[in-house]
Amino acid sequence: MHPAYSVIFLTTLIGVGQGLFLALFTGQIYSLARLVPQQDSTHFYAYGSALALGFLVLGLLASFFHLGRPERAWRSATKWRTSWLAREVIVLPLVMGLIALYGLAHWMGFTKPFFTISNVLPVDLTLLIGLAATGATFLLFICTGMIYASIRFIREWATPLTILNFTFMGGASGFVLATLFSLFKAPDLIKMFGYWAIILTFFALVLRLASLWRNARGTPKSTIQSAIGVRHPKIIQKSTGAMGGSFNTKEFNSGSTPKRIRQAKWSFILLVFVLPLILMAIALSWHSAPLLALSFLIQMAGLIIERWTFFADATHPQNLYYQSM
Amino acid sequence: MTQLALVIDLNTCVGCSACVTSCKEWNTSGEAGPMTDMMPYGEDPHGTFFNRVQSFEVGTYPNTQMVHFPKSCLHCEEPPCVPVCPTGASYKREEDGIVLVDYDKCIGCKYCSWACPYGAREIDEKQKVMKKCTLCVDRIYDQTLPETERQPACVLACPADARIFGDVHDPDSEVSVLIREQGGYALMPEWGTKPANHYLPRRKIEMHIHADELERADNPLDKEDLKIDDKDITSVDGFGGW
Repeated sequence: MHPAYSVIFLTTLIGVGQGLFLALFTGQIYSLARLVPQQDSTHFYAYGSALALGFLVLGLLASFFHLGRPERAWRSATKWRTSWLAREVIVLPLVMGLIALYGLAHWMGFTKPFFTISNVLPVDLTLLIGLAATGATFLLFICTGMIYASIRFIREWATPLTILNFTFMGGASGFVLATLFSLFKAPDLIKMFGYWAIILTFFALVLRLASLWRNARGTPKSTIQSAIGVRHPKIIQKSTGAMGGSFNTKEFNSGSTPKRIRQAKWSFILLVFVLPLILMAIALSWHSAPLLALSFLIQMAGLIIERWTFFADATHPQNLYYQSM
Repeated sequence: MTQLALVIDLNTCVGCSACVTSCKEWNTSGEAGPMTDMMPYGEDPHGTFFNRVQSFEVGTYPNTQMVHFPKSCLHCEEPPCVPVCPTGASYKREEDGIVLVDYDKCIGCKYCSWACPYGAREIDEKQKVMKKCTLCVDRIYDQTLPETERQPACVLACPADARIFGDVHDPDSEVSVLIREQGGYALMPEWGTKPANHYLPRRKIEMHIHADELERADNPLDKEDLKIDDKDITSVDGFGGW
């Protein structure tokens, strides 16, 4: 498939935003459980939410470049009963709205508990909004993943691993950013975020390797024989019905060589997982802001290559009809 | 329920692309138009087509066959492109089973083209909306046209009569009889999309001549024990000498 930068940036940027919010809310839960000290609402949660929101807004902006007719984008929420894309179009603004409310509630200091469960768990407005936003965030990961996983014709995508990969890579990058953010805003939480970032990056690595392993195996369901209905082992295409290419030869073509895709796979394994794991481990023991920033930037660059490979590596059965020019 | 569709006879298709040009001509000036061509005289000419003829060489020389293969939207009975559309621009008509795109609702996200295993959809680079074969929906119901012309443009243009249009749900229609009796098949049946368009395979007509057809076993001359000197006469039935 053709790797479109609009979608690459959409999925990576909202992933960071979602992950960062999940990290913030994890911080709140931890402080509720008194595992970490209470953080300042404005400086930590409100600014953190604003940062997460910023990434989500950037992702949403990038998505508009994918549309031929962006002025009609509002229509794309109508078929949510059948289309995962429509579901994402609804859930993305929902997540943004809830995270904005979460940040706002912290900003305004609405942290006075409404009631206390069993005398240990004070329930305030931020906790309720945070819970709703967490649910919506996971729903968004599912929607984004299902857009690809539901296309059963592209066997590289049609697996639950797609959703897990989106979730874990988004989560990992969000927690890495949260570690960097907490260095400035909440030094007590560095260890907690840092360890979670390492755990999530590790699981993301395992899951991504699993999907690479899966996609390297198995055979496509369709063959040139079933595509044109001629039962003969040797069929060679002599013309595609277009002299200079067409939408079909562009949209479904990675525009890259197998060698380049193989290099990209090794690059992202190194940049998204291996290097950040090493850098994070060092940065956590040194409390080094530049190293944390470096891990985040390297991981983001790697994620863009990862998403590029996700598209470039996917093969579509329609290519059976466009094998040679 | 009606399901309009095309039956394409690969046995008679000669790959002349008359269906391609007539389709483009009719639809670019019709309701589905314009079907924009980008840089038609440039180095990399490309444009929107609803129908393309591709050619495949089957076998190894000298046992080769060139199969000309016209491909357009198959108007699937379970169209995978329809449910994925986020706006409802892509839809299948209840009354005649034609899969259409509402160009006023399409946002050009290309998601439907990903969900079509046949590559039947193409984005129009000028209008930035997804386009595909409409089975000439603006022709086939046009009461101002003579009844014989109420057919898709490609069908009317085909000089080899390789394209037949009709209702594949009516068991007695010409297309249904052809599919049933001439081995009509669907493309990529493994996906369960149930394409309405069907293809008729290459069929070789072979004549089997047995020895007793050349030499009449019941030749009355043999019965009457008449000897005719027909050594120099070449004829199939032995009557040539009379």
